[in-house]
Amino acid sequence: MLRYVGWRIAAMVPTLLIISALVFTIIELPPGDYFESYAAELRAQGEGVDMGQLEALRAEYGFDQPVVIRYFYWVAGMLQGDFGYSFEYQVPVSDVIGNRMWLTVLVSFVTIVFTWVIAFPIGMYSATHQYSWGDYGLTFLGLIGIAIPNFMLALILMYFANIWFGTSIGHLMDQRYLGEPMSWDKAKSIVEHLWIPVIIIGTAGTAGMIRRLRANLLDELQKQYVMTARAKGLHPFRTLVKYPLRMSLNFFVSDIGSILPAIISGAEITAIVLSLETTGPMLIKALRSQDMYLAGAFLMFLAFLTVIGVLISDLALAILDPRIRLQGGSTK
Amino acid sequence: MVASADLLRVEDLAISFAIMGGAIHAVKRANLRILPGKVTALVGESGSGKSVIGQAIMGILPRSARARGRILFSDPESPGETADILQMPPDGREIRGIRGRRIGKIFQEPMTSLSPLHTIGNQVGEVLKIHTTLSAEECRERTEGMLALVGFPNPRRAYDMYPFELSGGLRQRAMIAMALICHPALLIADEPTTALDVTIQAQILLLLRELQANLNMAMLLITHDLGVVANVADEVVVIYHGEIMEAGPVDAIFRRPTHPYLKGLMAAVPHFDMKPGERLKALREVPVNVENLLGKKKPKKGTDVLLSVRNLTKSFSIRQSDWSFGEVATVRAVDCVSFDIRRGECLGLVGESGSGKTTVSKLLMRAVTPDQGSVVFNDSDSPIDVLSATGSALRKLRTKIQMVFQDPVSSLSPRMTVQNILSEPLEIHGRGDAQTRLASVSALMRAIGLDQHFVNRYPHSFSGGQRQRIGIARALALGPDLLICDEPVSALDVSVQAQILNLLKDLQKELGLTYLFISHNLAVVDYMADRIAVMCGGRIVELAPREALMGNPIHPYTRALLAAIPFPDLDRPLDLGMLRKNGASDTATWGPQFRDDGEEGVLAHTDIGDGHFLLARRSADAKELLPC
Repeated sequence: MLRYVGWRIAAMVPTLLIISALVFTIIELPPGDYFESYAAELRAQGEGVDMGQLEALRAEYGFDQPVVIRYFYWVAGMLQGDFGYSFEYQVPVSDVIGNRMWLTVLVSFVTIVFTWVIAFPIGMYSATHQYSWGDYGLTFLGLIGIAIPNFMLALILMYFANIWFGTSIGHLMDQRYLGEPMSWDKAKSIVEHLWIPVIIIGTAGTAGMIRRLRANLLDELQKQYVMTARAKGLHPFRTLVKYPLRMSLNFFVSDIGSILPAIISGAEITAIVLSLETTGPMLIKALRSQDMYLAGAFLMFLAFLTVIGVLISDLALAILDPRIRLQGGSTK
Repeated sequence: MVASADLLRVEDLAISFAIMGGAIHAVKRANLRILPGKVTALVGESGSGKSVIGQAIMGILPRSARARGRILFSDPESPGETADILQMPPDGREIRGIRGRRIGKIFQEPMTSLSPLHTIGNQVGEVLKIHTTLSAEECRERTEGMLALVGFPNPRRAYDMYPFELSGGLRQRAMIAMALICHPALLIADEPTTALDVTIQAQILLLLRELQANLNMAMLLITHDLGVVANVADEVVVIYHGEIMEAGPVDAIFRRPTHPYLKGLMAAVPHFDMKPGERLKALREVPVNVENLLGKKKPKKGTDVLLSVRNLTKSFSIRQSDWSFGEVATVRAVDCVSFDIRRGECLGLVGESGSGKTTVSKLLMRAVTPDQGSVVFNDSDSPIDVLSATGSALRKLRTKIQMVFQDPVSSLSPRMTVQNILSEPLEIHGRGDAQTRLASVSALMRAIGLDQHFVNRYPHSFSGGQRQRIGIARALALGPDLLICDEPVSALDVSVQAQILNLLKDLQKELGLTYLFISHNLAVVDYMADRIAVMCGGRIVELAPREALMGNPIHPYTRALLAAIPFPDLDRPLDLGMLRKNGASDTATWGPQFRDDGEEGVLAHTDIGDGHFLLARRSADAKELLPC
């Protein structure tokens, strides 16, 4: 098993290298660079552009070098914790992201907890009361949750919040706290604003998880060992939690791999609609304006989290399921 | 009152299952009683409703089931009181107090009835945790004691092991420990040995009988195997299509069966005293009609060799590791196996699970590549090297050797109709056009005695026996010469088993087929085979013509296998002395002339006359090999 862990960690290095090459290529693909987009923007606003100054900037940031060399500078910089310079914000990339990162993590984390807290009891109820009115009703609600796009739900909620309560539910905090240091009032304001995005972002995930949990549990409830547990005289609820639920956790753990990157990317479109101060809108903006180091750092970070997430879920599966840990594969 | 003498009385029990547009009546007005301290056997085919009665007694019927009648349980713990289990609220405190504590239950499949994610100790000790107030240490102590009682060699280690790390026999022992740890008054054993090898089955039966006597508990043994009944039961209840046919003491039932169903059931079991050419009487015989069947040949039985296997060897590597660095161990699944199959004969291959017999069949089908050895198939015009054939030679070979599998459920695709299943081999090999394929399929259906109208149905609408017949028809589609039957009847009931065996025999006679018949059941092989090879630990330890092997078994392993078969005959009980604790494949119990004691290449096949081969030391002389 230790060998397995070591091997998996070693395998991450080439994986990340390949991803970094891909990310860099994709960022380089559109014609031009940030300075050209910047000049075009200036011209569009009717201002003059000093081409000499642009060339000097290009040389300063190494944009006159061949692509391959720039790639290696970029990778070497990232290894030392230097993610480059955001042209748009005129500060190092790490400063730009850092501000919004913890808010994103907060929203995502609360959303995940919300998803689990809602999905688990409902999934268990649906599975144990299959084809009852409760099951049908919750299934119907769940399907609606899956079918409505997040941003649509956001627009609807905004509309009704405005009509009924006369308030705007955008943003993650009252605007006067933006850029302020953390205080008791700011925290209170964040909590007041948080629940709306959490519900909107979490609805689809909750509904999906209910469906999967229900399907998995229904499979497991048919298994012989459930009968064995009942024959022991175990309480039905204890039986459900100890045996079938535990068995159906495997799919849930496998999901961790995709949850981690979602924490950072957030729900971009919802975030834009609700004007949330998370990283999602920033990534989209960076990609549009060819702010390449900012975008590249984002994409690399997502890739890194995906790789780590998959590793964690694999290891968690091995811990959770002794068959994976102890049985190993025999060769043919 | 008479009722007080019985531990459990089932009165007018009727159980039905609600299904789309109606109900299935699984049990109809059944009456039976279980005496304290006695073994009552409930005998019937699958689908007869016997397992449902067992579930009703525990109150663990599926939710779609409706039960009426009375199940009266007179607990010896509280004399004079009789409780009706059917009146108790489902899953309520009252019934849960009886489950596991006063009535224990063991199931057929020891693998699926234990949770794969929890340790043995956790699952067995859980019963104590539910029903007693013992501390964690006391629980562990009691659990380990119980594991020792059911025959775990090292209970302390077994406590922390997972079910998949144990053999089938040990898993079933763990189930027994779980059912008995609270010393229940009644144990319900639902087909406890059906999924196990004969030798393990004998050990488990022995264990159950001993524990039942020592703990003075009653047992309801649910089974379809009359051999098991004859060896274990005191009372017998015969059930057929949900109705009780006959009930009484085992002596009366076996010596004077009155009901035709029971008589038929007894005639359907293959036994060793059958005269050559005697036919099993299946309850429902299948007419064979091989007119128009592809590849119909003149039946010929000669001495020329159809398939020649020499020194076949295959090792598997197994990774054994926990969190530490894994060590790789190799296991020789097939070790220098050589045999010939003559044209038109049936060669039986017998052994317990893990003896390598299925690996041999996979090697012959080229599903697994051997480490060394040669296999030559003597086709009518030229010999084909099975292991190296490629291209058109391989395609031709595929039409000559076909396979019938053990599990009729998983070996047929649930998404294909019978028509698709039977015509697929023809399509793969480009035989004929759609019209002729249709004709071939209907000829195949006639050959296995199934109605033409069934061709558009899916496998799930057939019974196990019918599905196995479809599997046989698929193997026959290309007109093969050699059929490898890997445990074709071990998943089937006795009555259906006789039907399939007779069908295979008839087809062999009509089509001139050659069989390699693999089974763990010596009685079945005895009925089918002309010559029998016995495998143990990847080697063939004895190979002889049928009469010689059955009449004069020499190798200790063969003798142990024969001794472990339970006969449906009260005058031939199991020989308890032969059933050693570690099973028949424990070489330590064999005579020194049969062991290699870790030395390589000291064992060789010796001919002791009339084609009777034995695996023994080269140095052993003929006298040592004769039975003493």
